[in-house]
Amino acid sequence: MTSADVVALVLWLGVSTYAVFGGADFGAGLWDLLAGPTDQGEQPRGLIDASIGPVWEANHTWLIFDVVILWSAFPLAFSSLMSTLYIPLTLAAFGIILRGAGFAFRKYTSKLAGRRAFGATFALSSVITPFFLGSALGGIASGRVPAGNAAGDPWTSWLNPTSVLVGSLAVAAGAYLAAVFLVAAARRRDEPSLEAYFRRRALAMGIVAGGLAVGGLGVIGADAPDLAAGLAGRALPLVGLSVVLGSASLVLLARGATRGIRAVAAGAVTAIVWGWGLAQYPSILPGSLSITAAAAPAGTLDALLVISIAAALTIGPSLALLFVLDGRSRLEAGH
Amino acid sequence: MLFAIDPVPAINLLAARDQMAFTLGFHIILACLGVALPTFLLIANWRAIRSDDADALRLARRWTRIIAVTFAVGAVSGTILSFEMGLLWPGLMGRFGAAYGIPFAIEGIFFFLEAIFIAIYIYGWDRLSPWAHLLSGVPIVIAGFGGTFSVVSANAWLNQPAGFTLDAAGNVTAVNVVGVIFNNATWYEAAHMFLAAYMVSGFLLASVYALGRLRGRLDRYTRLGFVIPFAVAAIATPLQIGVGDIAARAVFTDQPIKFAAMELVQKTGPDTPVVIGGVLVDGKVVGGLVIPSLDSLLAGFNTNTVVQGLDAVPIDQQPPVNVVHLAWDTMLTMGFSLLALAAWFGLAWLRRRDLPTSRWFYRFATVAGVAAVVALEAGWVVTEVGRQPWVVYGLLRTSDAVSRAPGIVISFVVLLGIYIVLGAATFIVLRSMSRQGAAEARAADTPYGPSQ
Ligand code: HDD
Ligand code: HEM
Ligand code: HEM
Repeated sequence: MTSADVVALVLWLGVSTYAVFGGADFGAGLWDLLAGPTDQGEQPRGLIDASIGPVWEANHTWLIFDVVILWSAFPLAFSSLMSTLYIPLTLAAFGIILRGAGFAFRKYTSKLAGRRAFGATFALSSVITPFFLGSALGGIASGRVPAGNAAGDPWTSWLNPTSVLVGSLAVAAGAYLAAVFLVAAARRRDEPSLEAYFRRRALAMGIVAGGLAVGGLGVIGADAPDLAAGLAGRALPLVGLSVVLGSASLVLLARGATRGIRAVAAGAVTAIVWGWGLAQYPSILPGSLSITAAAAPAGTLDALLVISIAAALTIGPSLALLFVLDGRSRLEAGH
Repeated sequence: MLFAIDPVPAINLLAARDQMAFTLGFHIILACLGVALPTFLLIANWRAIRSDDADALRLARRWTRIIAVTFAVGAVSGTILSFEMGLLWPGLMGRFGAAYGIPFAIEGIFFFLEAIFIAIYIYGWDRLSPWAHLLSGVPIVIAGFGGTFSVVSANAWLNQPAGFTLDAAGNVTAVNVVGVIFNNATWYEAAHMFLAAYMVSGFLLASVYALGRLRGRLDRYTRLGFVIPFAVAAIATPLQIGVGDIAARAVFTDQPIKFAAMELVQKTGPDTPVVIGGVLVDGKVVGGLVIPSLDSLLAGFNTNTVVQGLDAVPIDQQPPVNVVHLAWDTMLTMGFSLLALAAWFGLAWLRRRDLPTSRWFYRFATVAGVAAVVALEAGWVVTEVGRQPWVVYGLLRTSDAVSRAPGIVISFVVLLGIYIVLGAATFIVLRSMSRQGAAEARAADTPYGPSQ
């Protein structure tokens, strides 16, 4: 294993962590959007607000981490994919800014009209952002991003069957995880009716996401044969694992289980991300650029490894502290 | 050479530069607040616990809410910037990402820590014990310091690229991380930016309370809210001018053409004058105050010092001279005006151990925040526009770095719209918070203890 491979592993770790935690924060926005009129939606919105408030900025930082590792370690891959996929990625960037600002402003606004407007901004952009991010990934995975400055097609690189599939899957998987996390949050706060509310939604969205994932294999088979071969070949164990974990989480949900659902559901999503990575290994841009060819000189890669270790040693315990305090309700939306 | 094909449409370059400048100019204000406000907050919080000071406590709570908003906007506007590095400048990242990217990777750690501890601090009010809560704020300050250093080191690298080897085709073949991070411009740029963050945040925050005082609020709460940030900013001001002086001399030796543009020096030679104000029209200085030989004297402590002029390089390697020169004069004007205001404050304190009483002082203090922001933006214009036509000084032209994708103009226009709304919304939310604050200031506040 070369040091480029190790950095690629770190990158994938970052991507899958963002998919789980960042994805769940976006998913919470979807539930906010669907929570109904002001009165009816007050309770679920309150729970959503309280549970993502303390953590969303930290979770969002995984995206930054991924971007900076990608551009330092694999500069050519970064510049190629950003410039070819600039339409969905610009839209995703707009979504990110509207989502974050909308959420923060809603919390600190007292007038109802203002809260509604900011809340709607937050909720809508929470849905479109993961879609565009996912569709960009779909373009990469299906081999539509060639190396070079804006060398690929600005439209078909992300408006194609695989991209639409991955975009929708990103939205659905995030919403599923969010609902599962919110079930736990409701239980922690002793809110049985909210717990049941999100349990129903988690089940429904789990079925949608699972259906998309399984049905999607057919789409990929027709649209991106190389990716399909990888998924059915080397990555098959991970695909299988994802199916098993996904089904298990649905069973646990349906039975009203109280423990372990979050880990199992997060595992199902993580396995898919790793399955994709394994399926396209050793390419970073399938069809045109390998990890080795894209890699920065050794000095950079070594520095990034040191930085990653430093990150693990500092960020790891800090994040743990944040989640533990949050889990024990030591962080509250007071003023 | 993957990136050397036919020329890019000029409109792409223009739109990309404007978009970059606009989003950076927006983010930098929030970045300043993110770096320095936590310090003021912790000072107030510390006083609140140490001396059981209810006014300081109310200030600390108030400032926490401000930071919650500015930090969120800072984080998302920073994310756009990192996307833009690839969306707008693939030619820069593709060729130099291996070197230029590294300081950002380090910065990533600091952002993470900042985001985590800001959350713990904001949401930890009333839940953590007072001292544990105060302690949770300390990493925010440290992360702000480290983050500024790393991101500015990336910018300094654009001005003084170092720590890498190029092959004949211009590709980076080896990278020395230490050389990248500690390039020639890192120290003074980072120090200058760090002090700027304290000046901008301090003067801005103090201006809110200066206005309160002009409106007749003479209570202790308003006074404390003024003194803490203003004192810090006033101390930072002379230091800032000292560092700026060092920076100017470094630019004189390392980036002579930028210096020539700053000072409107056309011909290389000794006895170059300083021109205050004025613009260059068809090779002639129009308007402005000309002080003979002063430039040579300032740059090398001797009127015989030879200063390189714009004539040292062909016209296609010169930056837009007048923009750089006027921005330079603007920064200096703001810097020295703020120094005068800081001195006023300092003298009153030394003489009477008290704040100045003159209404004029508070009138000036009310606009000092805006003046600091103007200096900040002007300074960045000097640095960035003065580097043109290079994005990596002497190695990569901005026009070779820009994206070839069509439609950058459209993204710029949409972005402009979003940012205008975002800026206005941020302002409105903050203002409504300070109105509530003024109202609450009259009501009694609960001391420490669980809020339920
Ligand atoms: C509060 C803000 C502020 C104030 C009062 C000043 N500056 Fe400044 N200046 C900045 C904020 C700033 C900055 C943060 O905007 C820049 C842009 C890049 C940098 O490193 O700092 C800058 C850049 C900058 C540069 C260009 C560095 C380069 O291109 O590499 C020079 C030479 C100076 N400054 C010098 C001065 C002097 C002599 C000042 C005395 C009045 C001064 N600055 C006041
Ligand atoms: C430390 C962080 C910064 C980095 C890494 C950085 C990097 C860049 C890059 C890559 C460009 C585009 C290429 C070019 O035009 O040379 C640029 C342009 C520019 N930046 Fe910065 N920048 C930073 C901070 C700032 C800030 C805070 C401002 C505030 C206004 C600013 C103002 C500008 C302007 C005005 C341009 C356009 C220059 C022109 O094309 O004439 N920069 N910067
Ligand atoms: C001198 C220039 C800059 C300084 C001092 C600075 C500082 C900061 C600070 C303190 C934050 C934390 C958020 C806050 O406190 O509001 C922040 C956020 C951010 N900045 Fe900047 N920044 C600068 C320029 C840039 C540039 C040029 C980029 C990208 C290329 C960038 C990328 C980011 C990102 C991605 C975030 C979000 C991090 C998060 O999610 O917490 N910044 N910046």
